[in-house]
Amino acid sequence: MELKQINDLREIQFKIEELTHAYVQCIDDNRLEEWPEFFTGDCLYQIISRENHERDFPASIIYCDSKGMLKDRVTAHRQANIFEAHVYRHIVSSIRIAGYENDTYTVHSNYAVFQTRVNGYSEVYNVGQYIDKIIFIEDEPKFKEKKVVYDTLVIPTLLVTPI
Amino acid sequence: MSTMKNAEVLTWPEKGESRIPYQVYMDPDIYEGEMKNIFRGSTWNYLGLEVEIPNPGDYKTTYIGDTPVVVTRDAKGEIRSFVNRCAHRGATVCMDPCGNTKTFTCVYHAWVYDAQGDLKGVPFKKGVNGQGGMPEGFDQSKLSLQKIKVETYSGIIFGSFDHGMEPLQEYLGEKMCGYLNRIFNKPVKVLGYQRQLMNNNWKLYFENVKDSYHASLLHLFFSTFGVNRLSQKGGIDLDETGRHHVSYTYGSLNEDLEAYKESDLRSYSSKYTLEDPSLLVGRNEFPDGITLAIQSLFPGMVVQQIHNALAVRHLVPKGVDSCELIWTYLGFEEDDEEITKIRLKQSNLVGPAGFVSLEDGGIGELVQKGIVGAPQVESFVEMGGTGVESQSFRVTETSIRGFWKEYRQLMGY
Ligand code: FES
Ligand SMILES: [Fe+2]
Repeated sequence: MELKQINDLREIQFKIEELTHAYVQCIDDNRLEEWPEFFTGDCLYQIISRENHERDFPASIIYCDSKGMLKDRVTAHRQANIFEAHVYRHIVSSIRIAGYENDTYTVHSNYAVFQTRVNGYSEVYNVGQYIDKIIFIEDEPKFKEKKVVYDTLVIPTLLVTPI
Repeated sequence: MSTMKNAEVLTWPEKGESRIPYQVYMDPDIYEGEMKNIFRGSTWNYLGLEVEIPNPGDYKTTYIGDTPVVVTRDAKGEIRSFVNRCAHRGATVCMDPCGNTKTFTCVYHAWVYDAQGDLKGVPFKKGVNGQGGMPEGFDQSKLSLQKIKVETYSGIIFGSFDHGMEPLQEYLGEKMCGYLNRIFNKPVKVLGYQRQLMNNNWKLYFENVKDSYHASLLHLFFSTFGVNRLSQKGGIDLDETGRHHVSYTYGSLNEDLEAYKESDLRSYSSKYTLEDPSLLVGRNEFPDGITLAIQSLFPGMVVQQIHNALAVRHLVPKGVDSCELIWTYLGFEEDDEEITKIRLKQSNLVGPAGFVSLEDGGIGELVQKGIVGAPQVESFVEMGGTGVESQSFRVTETSIRGFWKEYRQLMGY
């Protein structure tokens, strides 16, 4: 591979990693209003259990097939839904480009979400894998698809904040 | 523990079903009594759907109360069920949640059982080189896995520990069977599962399901986004005993959508609008015009139709202050791609992350935390009167009282 190609690839890799880190920090910092902006307009955001994913069952606990639906999630979170206050802390690792086709990068990474509730106790709330499809729009990476496949089959209490 | 002994544990308030002493949500002795007298007693419990185990040899594991059980389809195609506990020394026999097998081999000492739960093989039964082995008179046929009585209705599998149990259809009653047939009148297919753990007594969730009073007060999604629900008629239907219930609402989601698109209608009714109202797009599948039906079948099953989002919920007690809810999402075998997509999108409304249901996951925990230290204090359940009867309105707690009426009978309180 030529040096220029290697440098280009490194830059893409860097931008994709940066996107992933910025994404989780946006949620952890409770800047949910900015969260839909990580996605393309016709995106697919899906939180699905590993059980369903592996058995080819489509049912998901969140299934949004447009940026508008993501915005509605945020409005409902802020204005409609009632739940105990909590914060998330995401840990992301093993971010890897697993494929490239039609200008779309398939990126896999692992995540763990710790949740802290008002009583101050922190728990491992949800762990799993991100399976992302990322495209570059004007040199900026965006999620065209983000599939959150969770190992933690049993959701503690409820899920209202995105992962 | 006998029913007599239970009566000593608790004296029910004089006002009957409209008062529930908080002790029932926190007393470990009461919890043990419930497992014995309700779940392992004379009730029919949800085990699964026939479509989950369509072929001979198919099996799935589940629970009756907190007791682990296996449901199988034997070589002849009959559905069987037994407790998932080895007759030797109690190990879990079947470890996988589902699969297909001719025999079940306990991993501990390799006792082998067939799909009916009968013991078929014991390693070293005769010992080794004439030493050891089972004593004279060892009777393998007496060491089956504990069997569960099984009956099905409309493709739904129920099980009971009581082998003298009344027929399933009588237990459900004509009315409840009718509501089940609304959905299960044609072949269903499983779209997936969701599991949710709640840190509260199982009865707090079941009461919440039966509580039609809270719906518009706790779940604010529809009103926040100005989806017009005011004109919708509905009511509560109970079976003869009052232990089962259906809460139903008439209306059309598509009418909602049309109304929604007329922006002046929504501007006075709410501050917020949906960016993507395609979430509300549905298909009228049920000729009776009911768009929302929540049915509870005593002691721990819920059937849900929220527009086109169909599911069975199975409530599994996990100790006095913990329970698990297993959702089985359903569609029909004949579903085309479009209706499957509709169901997937509408499933945003329900489940552990559902716009109109996520609050229910947290509400039992709020009660469990609120009643600490107050076992002798009672709740006040008089909305819609103090009786147990069907009502043509939903601002009522009649079905909650129906639950407690049956509960008291089974528990001897
Ligand atoms: S406990 Fe099952 S074979 Fe011994
Ligand atoms: Fe509710």
